[in-house]
Amino acid sequence: MNVTRFGWFNLTSLIIAFSFLYLPILLLILFSFNASKLVTVWGGFSTKWYVSLFQNEMFMTAAWVTLKVALVSASLATILGTMAAIVLTRVGRFRGRLLFSGMVYSPLVMPEVITGLALLLLFVAIGLDRGYWTITLAHTTLTMCFVTVVVSSRLVSFDKSLEEAALDLGCTKLSAFFQVTLPIILPAIIAGWLLAFTLSLDDLVIASFTSGPGSTTLPMKIYSQVRLGLNPEINALSTLLILLVSIGVIIASLVSKRAEEQNV
Amino acid sequence: MQRQFDWGRFLLIAIPFLWLLIFFLLPFAIVVKISLSDAANALPPYIPTLNLSEGWSGITSFISQLDLESFAWLLDDKIYFLSYLNSLKIAFISTLLTLLIGYPMAYGLAKAPQRWRTVLLMLVILPFWTSFLIRVYAWIGILKPEGLLNMGLMSLGLIEQPLAIINTPTAVYIGIVYSYLPFLVLPLYATLEKLDQTLIEAALDLGCSPIQAFWKVTFPLSLPGVVAGCFLVFIPAMGEFVIPDLLGGSDTLMIGKTLWSEFFGNRDWPVASAVAVVLLLSLVVPIVIFQRMQERQREAEA
Repeated sequence: MNVTRFGWFNLTSLIIAFSFLYLPILLLILFSFNASKLVTVWGGFSTKWYVSLFQNEMFMTAAWVTLKVALVSASLATILGTMAAIVLTRVGRFRGRLLFSGMVYSPLVMPEVITGLALLLLFVAIGLDRGYWTITLAHTTLTMCFVTVVVSSRLVSFDKSLEEAALDLGCTKLSAFFQVTLPIILPAIIAGWLLAFTLSLDDLVIASFTSGPGSTTLPMKIYSQVRLGLNPEINALSTLLILLVSIGVIIASLVSKRAEEQNV
Repeated sequence: MQRQFDWGRFLLIAIPFLWLLIFFLLPFAIVVKISLSDAANALPPYIPTLNLSEGWSGITSFISQLDLESFAWLLDDKIYFLSYLNSLKIAFISTLLTLLIGYPMAYGLAKAPQRWRTVLLMLVILPFWTSFLIRVYAWIGILKPEGLLNMGLMSLGLIEQPLAIINTPTAVYIGIVYSYLPFLVLPLYATLEKLDQTLIEAALDLGCSPIQAFWKVTFPLSLPGVVAGCFLVFIPAMGEFVIPDLLGGSDTLMIGKTLWSEFFGNRDWPVASAVAVVLLLSLVVPIVIFQRMQERQREAEA
């Protein structure tokens, strides 16, 4: 795109679009430091909502549940998703391949209300008590598909002859995978894990369907508070979550950039 | 040729395959089954339940009790039809609005100097990683009658009465455009960035003005990206729950919201399942078209 110059029109459209994307978030962060209880009127700088947030036991318990679900489901999803990515890109034809790829890609576009309802009905039908584990299973299923997409795009783009060379030189398939393939696709696997982790951290709908008494996640807690009205503690909590995720994403992209430079 | 059964390959395929069969496909079969059942004051709240201990007669009596009553109910009560219609309308209009904002943005990104691009792309992706719920919540504080937008406009003297935006479809449009903008911009950017520059150069050499060259060359060639991006907005917007619930108020009907209240409010599992089945069927066509197109594009690139 360099025949015509980057002009005023392009600059203006970028400025408008980025302000639209970032102003709401910046306002949210700004008002988390508002001394006034009224969320939309500025009453001076204060960090009291952060203090009261950390003293709020309900939020802390929910945060802990969410974190445990996200850690376990993201790790399970990364293993399963990486396996699925290898199946789709490396093992060739097998019976039911079409069904397999259909099942991998459909959860990506499936409305969450349907996935949530379907999983809940499954858990009821097999008599599994709803709680921490059912949320974890549900999140694993949803997020493994995202991992598959991320990892398989890396598997498609790298040179297969490296794997073939390892096999020719006497590696077993398993050790060729661990010694050659895995180090190359590791940045994609890490990116996939992070994506799965944040998706799980963020999910409200599927968690609401599959959770049981005593296993309220943070988004469920935020949702029930928001329905009651605006609340400065939610602003503080949101600011912390945004900060956490932004730092994570920036570190991840730096790591993967460095890994790419080393591989080239 | 390997004679021996390849256990490694078998397990590699079987483990994720089985997982998806149990946790993805089987649940849908159950949804269909329950949509054919009747609501009951029981635990679980539907009848019949399959009783395998009675053997064959248990199965036949189970099947004979299934009916289409829940689906008939969907036709009877206008609220369901209105929800579908309204979801279609809202998803369609917000997709168009997203395109209107997203196209100039993707175009600007593709033309931006190389050294800015990584940072700019990162800025497009970053909101996608931060919580959906939080981003929707941020708009409540802006759009409320005593919110920041109205306060700002009133202090500038542009309006005298606060605008009623929250709890109207307008707020839902804003929420959807805001949340799904990156989904449209990224595929569109990818298409625009790969565009063959010599074609535009040729158009300019042959006497096109830059604007003519855009409409005659750039835009038609970017259509695959436009369509892919629009599907990525339209499909999830159809089933959206959080945005209409938090920004749309009780008067904005959308099918995801209706399903939610049918399930959590009325505890009518069979009707909720029937709503899910119909929503799924209405999404099958766009999803299949979308996947076909993706495959065709992948083949064209290979």
